[in-house]
Amino acid sequence: MSRPFSPKIITANALIDGDVIYLTDSNTWSGDLQHARVFTDEDSANAHLSQAAAQTARAVGVYLVDIKLEDGVLVPTHFREAFRKTGPSNYAHGKQEQVTHV
Amino acid sequence: MYKYNDFDSAFIAERNAQFRAQVARRINGNLTEDEFKPLRLMNGVYLQLHAYMLRVAIPYGTLNSRQMDQLAMIAERWDKGYGHFTTRHDEIDDPRPYAELIRQWSTDHPEFQFLPRKFKIAVTGSEHDRAVSRAHDIGLRMVRRGDQIGFEVIVGGGLGRTPMIGKVLRDFLPIADLLPYLEAVVSVWNILGRRDNKYKARIKITVHENGIDAIRDQVETRFIELRPSYDGADQGLLEQIKSAFAKPAFKSASLDGFDLAYQNDPIFRSWVDTNIAAHATQGYAIASISIKAHGQTPGDATAEQMRVIASLARRFGHDEIRISHEQNVILPHVHKSDLLQVHAELKAAGLATANIGLISDIIACPGMDYCALATARSIPIAQQIATRFDDLKLEHDIGHLQIKISGCINACGHHHVGHIGILGLDRAGVENYQITLGGDATETAALGTRVGPGFSADDILPAIERLIFAYLAIRQDAEETFLQTYRRVGIEPFQSALYDPQDTQAHAAE
Repeated sequence: MSRPFSPKIITANALIDGDVIYLTDSNTWSGDLQHARVFTDEDSANAHLSQAAAQTARAVGVYLVDIKLEDGVLVPTHFREAFRKTGPSNYAHGKQEQVTHV
Repeated sequence: MYKYNDFDSAFIAERNAQFRAQVARRINGNLTEDEFKPLRLMNGVYLQLHAYMLRVAIPYGTLNSRQMDQLAMIAERWDKGYGHFTTRHDEIDDPRPYAELIRQWSTDHPEFQFLPRKFKIAVTGSEHDRAVSRAHDIGLRMVRRGDQIGFEVIVGGGLGRTPMIGKVLRDFLPIADLLPYLEAVVSVWNILGRRDNKYKARIKITVHENGIDAIRDQVETRFIELRPSYDGADQGLLEQIKSAFAKPAFKSASLDGFDLAYQNDPIFRSWVDTNIAAHATQGYAIASISIKAHGQTPGDATAEQMRVIASLARRFGHDEIRISHEQNVILPHVHKSDLLQVHAELKAAGLATANIGLISDIIACPGMDYCALATARSIPIAQQIATRFDDLKLEHDIGHLQIKISGCINACGHHHVGHIGILGLDRAGVENYQITLGGDATETAALGTRVGPGFSADDILPAIERLIFAYLAIRQDAEETFLQTYRRVGIEPFQSALYDPQDTQAHAAE
């Protein structure tokens, strides 16, 4: 008996600028984790992973990653993915510069 | 300093054109990522957590001001306005004079005229092999034995259709024996090497078929025959080649201004005492520029700071800059009469932190803030430790102490050889930091010993504080460094400072 499938999203790095991207509902890519499509079914997750990996003009290093929903917000379960979402902790670069305007 | 000749410049231009075309083919879909990746890595382009990184190798860590200005331009135009000096280099000696010696000697040498097939020799000036010397017919890796420099000789490596890792033929070859020994190797191969089949005509096949021990016996016998025919002329030639990399024209000037400032300006004095080392030439000094301002990212310099360093090197440093593996920048030839001006300009640029060799002069790898391989962060830990001990104003009292932090077991932060080493790991989805003690990166090299269970990201700073307070309490006097104390008393007092709750409470009350 295998373990129950935990909810997942598909992530990668963008080919041109290298930044973190997530696969969306419409099979496109977004830099915003909240736009990520959540997979609760293993077969569907794997099928989309193969399709996403084939989008080689846009994405590099495609993989599945665990996600949880807290108060309607998608939150990574592992700290590595939290750092990928937020950006480096020593400078407010890129994504964090945008966040501070909110 | 070595200057690119026409051959070098043409080589670089050709490589640039190739890489440009490779990038274009990747973007238009003619190359897959699997095909492209080795090509971009070969050109120093790595895909990290949030962006690409351009890694620039600085041969034997030496730059001139024009090259530093160019790095500043690249940082400003193509990145976010700063560069990061890494830890990834440790040259023992400049390998190029030796490579040049071998080139001049082997050209038209009879043993090299009718070799069975192509034959490649690699020379690396670093213990950390950067010339892939184990993948060449002969690899020469510079090594140190005591105070003598020599080569480890590796033979029989190669890639291609029969990839083989070279084997060690001689673990230490004195420099004076280099050419006769190479001739002995080539001579033995000329006799044993196969010419019947071009795929078997490489020395790696000869080594594989005869065994390294049999080859070694024959080489050593032939070497004894050949050695007397080398009368030292080759060493004379080596000295001539080295002089192409000669020292600058030193000046002399009055030190009155320096002496006066040293006596009257405590900030200047502290910087001189901490960041200035003795130079072999009268009146000169080696000035270390700390890239470890308290609370900043170790090794990061802005484009503007790089330009300040370049300008100082141009005006006061005989146009020479060295990058140390401690992630600091060194002006190796500054006349003491210029130090006051150098210090003033460094201070204005935020580069005059007087902490070389002290607790805040921390080596830290980029860790999980940037690196795709990291298992935990390094930079924030370094920032916290440096800030804390600066706040406590204990840094100079603590004295010489090297903290080295790695964010994964690949050890880019050299944690194994830190007096205090910190290794960041992923323990069940949480950052966890293991402490090792007693490591030593110098000629008395030692690997640190793990003290016990690791600490969380929140607990690692208090743990380091407990270690430091334990050291201050048990050292014999202010002259005894952390490492000396550790060697005298062993690990137990530090273990109990870290893990004994009573000790913890005693220090928490301070």
